[in-house]
Amino acid sequence: MADRINQVARKVPTWAVYIVSLIPVPVLLYMAQTGGLGREPIGALEHKLGEIALQLVIVGLCISPLRRFAGVNLIRFRRAVGVLAFIYVLLHLLVWAVLDVQTLDRVIADVIKRPYITIGMAAFVLMVPLALTSNNMSVRWLGPVWRRLHLLTYPIAILASVHFIWLSKGFQLEPLVYLSVILGLLALRVPALVKKVAA
Amino acid sequence: GLMGAAGMARAQEAEELVPSAWEDITQYNNFYEFGTGKGDPARNAHTLTTEPWTVVIDGLVDNPGDYSMEQIMDAMTFEERIYRFRCVEAWSMVIPWNGFELADLLTLAGVQEGGKYVAFETALRPDEMPGVRFPTLDWPYVEGLRMDEAMHPLTIMATGIYDKTIPNQNGAPMRLVVPWKYGFKSIKSIVRITVTEDEPPTSWNKANGREYGFYSNVNPEVDHPRWSQASERVVGGGLFSKRQPTLMFNGYEDEVASLYAGMDLRANY
Repeated sequence: MADRINQVARKVPTWAVYIVSLIPVPVLLYMAQTGGLGREPIGALEHKLGEIALQLVIVGLCISPLRRFAGVNLIRFRRAVGVLAFIYVLLHLLVWAVLDVQTLDRVIADVIKRPYITIGMAAFVLMVPLALTSNNMSVRWLGPVWRRLHLLTYPIAILASVHFIWLSKGFQLEPLVYLSVILGLLALRVPALVKKVAA
Repeated sequence: GLMGAAGMARAQEAEELVPSAWEDITQYNNFYEFGTGKGDPARNAHTLTTEPWTVVIDGLVDNPGDYSMEQIMDAMTFEERIYRFRCVEAWSMVIPWNGFELADLLTLAGVQEGGKYVAFETALRPDEMPGVRFPTLDWPYVEGLRMDEAMHPLTIMATGIYDKTIPNQNGAPMRLVVPWKYGFKSIKSIVRITVTEDEPPTSWNKANGREYGFYSNVNPEVDHPRWSQASERVVGGGLFSKRQPTLMFNGYEDEVASLYAGMDLRANY
């Protein structure tokens, strides 16, 4: 089974991953304009983009455990998944700032005064260096530093899911599921990290 | 008197206020008993049986008992009220309600001397309400008003919108409307009204007392801990609609500010 998946995955070009993963952008914009996102499209679009970003972060976190525990090798798509997650976070942020909050001073006030927005913004800021170093040249230049830098993915994932929990009203299941999945995926890495530190 | 002044103010407002589209009013709702998504109530609330419907009126009243919806409808005087509706989540609409003044219903029940507050309760029917299988809130949903708020002429019980029977997702067959308070105070699908001596517990206050107070008057100067209340997004304006400033007491300051004279609105949020 794993071999079959690996065989198929080898034939899929990474640009196809970009194209397929970006299809929701025009679809969501079209839906927002035509009522497909409900009667209040600004909030709906904002939430949808944030949700996809979080899902991509989770997909990215699945890639190395899939190889380690299931022998499924999708490592060559990991960069694309990370860059796509960044693109969706950027769009989420833009919709929030431009269409929802609408003025720069209110954006700044919200980032400073509202902890759940501060946390979301922190996750975005931490993603910027990762996006900027998502090219072969940076990997070569930075060497081992690149690997350590990209461990930022872990706090980013936690911040993003806490951001989701914090903005929800009442006791809701969905954001808690996201955090649990992320914590589970991070827990899978603990034995390997411990070994590395011990060695 | 107060009634006349309020009536005049309402008449003036009715000219300025443009009611939101029926689709906006009936397809963008918070009614967590039917799900937490804004479209969930419109999708799921058809399962709610609204006929027959009985409202228990009890507590400190002269005529406690089970009141059938027909009984209530027959006894009340109906009128249209076009009100601003401001959700605590910073979105708003304008809704042409049909209903009657809560004061008339309370008078029918006969409020006794010691009655200082009115408590309300929403139906709790796990078979008909998919949202109550999960403890998003401590079910049933409960709300409350101080007696002077409940008796205020702006406070109504709504049974219709746009001269049509109120849809289930909007709180059929009868819901409270308190236009100067955040929307969650206007409790839906009411099955019990209790006149009490003490301030009754309210659902969102129980869930998060730091964020949702008993009063919850619309106030652009007192922010929600997680977001600003200074402005609001008008539902139905599309992707590029401008936010509009939120008005003190949701625009009903002249009518209701006196209820809170001398009170610190920051402490009594």
